Amino acid sequence: MSKINHSTTERVGVYVCHCGTNIAGVIDVEAVAKWAAEHLKDRGVVIARDYKFMCSSLGQELIEKDIQELGLTRVVVAACSPHLHEATFRVACQRAGLNPYLCELVSIREQASWVHTDKHAATEKAKAILSGGVERVLHHAPLDPLHVPIHPATLVVGGGIAGIQAALEIADAGFPVYLVEREPSIGGHMAQFDKTFPTLDCAACILTPRMVSIGSHPNVTLMTWSEVTNVAGYVGNFTVTVKKKARYINTDLCTGCGICQEKCPKKVIDDTFEAGLGYRKAVYTPFPQAVPKYPVIDDVNCTYFQKGTCRACEKLCPTDAIDFKQEDEIVTLQVGNIVLATGYDVFDARRVAQYGYARLANVFTSIEFERLSNAAGPTNGNIVLRDGVTVPQTVGIIHCTGSRDRNFNNYCSAICCMQSLKFAHLVKERTGATVYNFYIDIRTTAKAYDEFYQRVLDEGTIFVRGRVAEVTDAARMPNEEGKLIVQVEDTLAGRQRRIPVDMVILSVGLEPRRDSHEVAKLFGISCSSDGWIIEKHPKLDPVATMTEGVFVAGCAQGPKDIPNSVAQGAAAAARVLGRIQQKEIALEPVRASVDESKCSGCRICNGLCPFNAILFHEDRMVTEVNPALCQGCGTCVAACPAGAISGTVFSNEQIFAQMEGLLLHNIERPPMTEGVLA
Amino acid sequence: MTTKLLFYPGCSLQRTARPYLDSLVAISPLIGIELEEIQDWNCCGATEYIAIHHLASHALVGRNLALAAQQSNGTHTVMAACSACYLNLAKTDSYMQVNAQLNRQVNDALQAGGLHYQPGTVRIRHLLDIIVNDIGIEEIRKQVVRPLKGLRIAPYYGCMIARPDRDNRWDNVEHPLALDKLMKAIGAEVIDFPLKTHCCGGHMTQINMPTAYELIRRLVYGAAQYHADLMVTLCPMCQLNLDAYQSEMNRHFHTNYHMPILYFTQLMGLAFGLEPEVLGLGKEFVNASQALSRIGIEVPAAEPELEMVEDKPARKKKEKAGLPMPQMLHSEEE
Repeated sequence: MSKINHSTTERVGVYVCHCGTNIAGVIDVEAVAKWAAEHLKDRGVVIARDYKFMCSSLGQELIEKDIQELGLTRVVVAACSPHLHEATFRVACQRAGLNPYLCELVSIREQASWVHTDKHAATEKAKAILSGGVERVLHHAPLDPLHVPIHPATLVVGGGIAGIQAALEIADAGFPVYLVEREPSIGGHMAQFDKTFPTLDCAACILTPRMVSIGSHPNVTLMTWSEVTNVAGYVGNFTVTVKKKARYINTDLCTGCGICQEKCPKKVIDDTFEAGLGYRKAVYTPFPQAVPKYPVIDDVNCTYFQKGTCRACEKLCPTDAIDFKQEDEIVTLQVGNIVLATGYDVFDARRVAQYGYARLANVFTSIEFERLSNAAGPTNGNIVLRDGVTVPQTVGIIHCTGSRDRNFNNYCSAICCMQSLKFAHLVKERTGATVYNFYIDIRTTAKAYDEFYQRVLDEGTIFVRGRVAEVTDAARMPNEEGKLIVQVEDTLAGRQRRIPVDMVILSVGLEPRRDSHEVAKLFGISCSSDGWIIEKHPKLDPVATMTEGVFVAGCAQGPKDIPNSVAQGAAAAARVLGRIQQKEIALEPVRASVDESKCSGCRICNGLCPFNAILFHEDRMVTEVNPALCQGCGTCVAACPAGAISGTVFSNEQIFAQMEGLLLHNIERPPMTEGVLA
Repeated sequence: MTTKLLFYPGCSLQRTARPYLDSLVAISPLIGIELEEIQDWNCCGATEYIAIHHLASHALVGRNLALAAQQSNGTHTVMAACSACYLNLAKTDSYMQVNAQLNRQVNDALQAGGLHYQPGTVRIRHLLDIIVNDIGIEEIRKQVVRPLKGLRIAPYYGCMIARPDRDNRWDNVEHPLALDKLMKAIGAEVIDFPLKTHCCGGHMTQINMPTAYELIRRLVYGAAQYHADLMVTLCPMCQLNLDAYQSEMNRHFHTNYHMPILYFTQLMGLAFGLEPEVLGLGKEFVNASQALSRIGIEVPAAEPELEMVEDKPARKKKEKAGLPMPQMLHSEEE
């Protein structure tokens, strides 16, 4: 590569941040600033300063003052990642009258000081990075953000407590909400529970009023037994396709009287709501307080659909609401924002074969126990063994089943400790049984949680610290016969123990929905390798996603309890409302555009765009990029064989100039040392 | 199609586990296995040697691997029927692959005998793995002429076959099902044996008898609790411990168990219609003739049985489900 030899008339200001000792602890920032002033003088640098915290208001004022007094036309800040403070410095430039896109932030923290220990080499690298930034900014052009209108309606996906909360907040604020739920009723997992920790509120008592509000809210359009099948468009203007699965019930006529359920002769195990522990009919509402009240006919199990006979429900329905001819309906919605609250699945306990679930009758999962202890559950809340009658005298509760385990999930499922403590309390209260809790650590970190732990301790639950090796029915001694034996290393007593119990409850962890990757793809967002939806920032933006206009709430983002799910649902709603109130949104003008005269119509770029922003004009045989959809990722720019696509802020000229700068081809005698290359 | 295997018999199969070898040789042609014994093989180091002399134990195994690699014509699969042999061979091969220093040291030692072994050259596999995963349950089922209907067996894997599962060969390392499936395929009734991967006592029988007795007792007691007619194993040491020491264990605890311990190859042979004699039946200490006569198979009388018939504990009652049981994933048809 030849040295850059063209001259510049721009006036560039360079600002090197100490970031306390984050940068200055490794990089000699003063030397970097001094070097820039001296060696990049020919490249338009008229001032180079270092400052303790460039992002502070004093730091920003420094830049603003220089713009006004020295007539800077370009600004380069060498500090942290643009993810953090690009906006800060752009706004500062704007305040001083400089177009914000004439400011470039280069990272010498994440890309230099934090990742190197050799101070000299890191300092040299910082100089190179800075030099690249200066060359790049010379090729910047003033840009204006794109303004797009925001459609006032919102789509909420998932009718668990997080989705309900988000939908109600938005609807109460006066804006329309579409709530789409896959199951026949909203309510989610919370509707399955009997009590909620740590206050032992009845779950139904606190949940069902919210469900009723959703059902009757004038601003909420509830679509249960429905799934989103396609999402097109962009923030402010999404077009969402929803498949409303055939209910085979005419909801205009149905009164929810329940006669069809009562008369239906086909009984099947309810794997969803009853967690396999109870039965439902082929026509059913999952539970009495279901919202909406209309049942669905499960055509896989319905005798009429399978054999062509029966029709008992049709004959007996007092309002003729049964409609076997109903078909799936496709609905298209226009929304401005989307909240994903798709929830979780529970860990499949069969995977931990040594705990015997599905082999040993009296090993239950936590979700089964929720139904067992629920007054509306299959046993009317009687805690009994799988024979349906025997009350256990000894119960073992195993924490962390499938969680904090490198064979299954490494993460902590966050709710299992409190859930297990709740179970211990319920078992004690209802049966008086001896209860053992087998735990690794007790994690009771939220408000009033540890007090609940103390309460359960005081009630006499026995806590054994150790990961259970095995649950077996293989007795070694006659006194173990007929029992389940929990083999555990008691790490506090320092010995192996065998504890015979009548019932074992596996506190199974939370897992992402089995289809979370497909859902993420549908909405154009990403999942972690585990399958949890990735938030925009783990601390500072936990409800947004990297895709504008798509927010996340509840366990879809990671395991959390009810209070946190509700808080995140409300937070997502607040973000959506903020957007709606703005009426329009300014989009980053970082966009790709196609030079039609160069486009050969090869369509190589067409399939590559992750945001579906590329459209092809068959008549003219050219490709166009929709600037409102384009997120400026640059994939198409790189792929175009004709060089017909360029990205604003990422044009070839800018990239090449930055590379020249990085390689220090822009100065006469590069002070490169071996340390930099090594 | 014939599967050719380089066969590492190990010391047990020549002596105490002779019925294992006999039955394996008898069924091999029926299931399309051709055995080619590794020439001049030596001891695998059994379970203790690695604890006493690390390098020498690997060199000992390394020699076997080198011989196998040399001999490999048309196959690179080394098969061991003994779990300890299998584990030792596999262990040395994989350690040599990841540990360059060990690889060098072992090869330095082998050089004295003019040998060299490039780790990873041969694939070491257990007999059960080959039968279940290569030959396949369906092929086995085709050979069955005398299904073992009514024979209630406890499948016993022992500790060394499934753990550690280096090559992902087993469905579940804590609760494997390969042997269960195989035994079901030959018509036997298989109990869901909870102790299937528990310890047989290993070499505790040489070191600490009370410990060994207790470990043996647990297994026999467990199988008897489930009313098994016999236990089926795939490891000579498991078989020896449970069979040869069962009467001593009974004396020690004043119990009266009678739990025959057979090799899975012996039962396969019976199901394939082979005569008990060629399968080495009748050589076990705890006589299996009574159990086998229940399904109409007469084993020629060996030495007279000294032990009394035990009072069998009551058969475990099948719990009548008041609440539905969750289904196992991929439940096998019985």
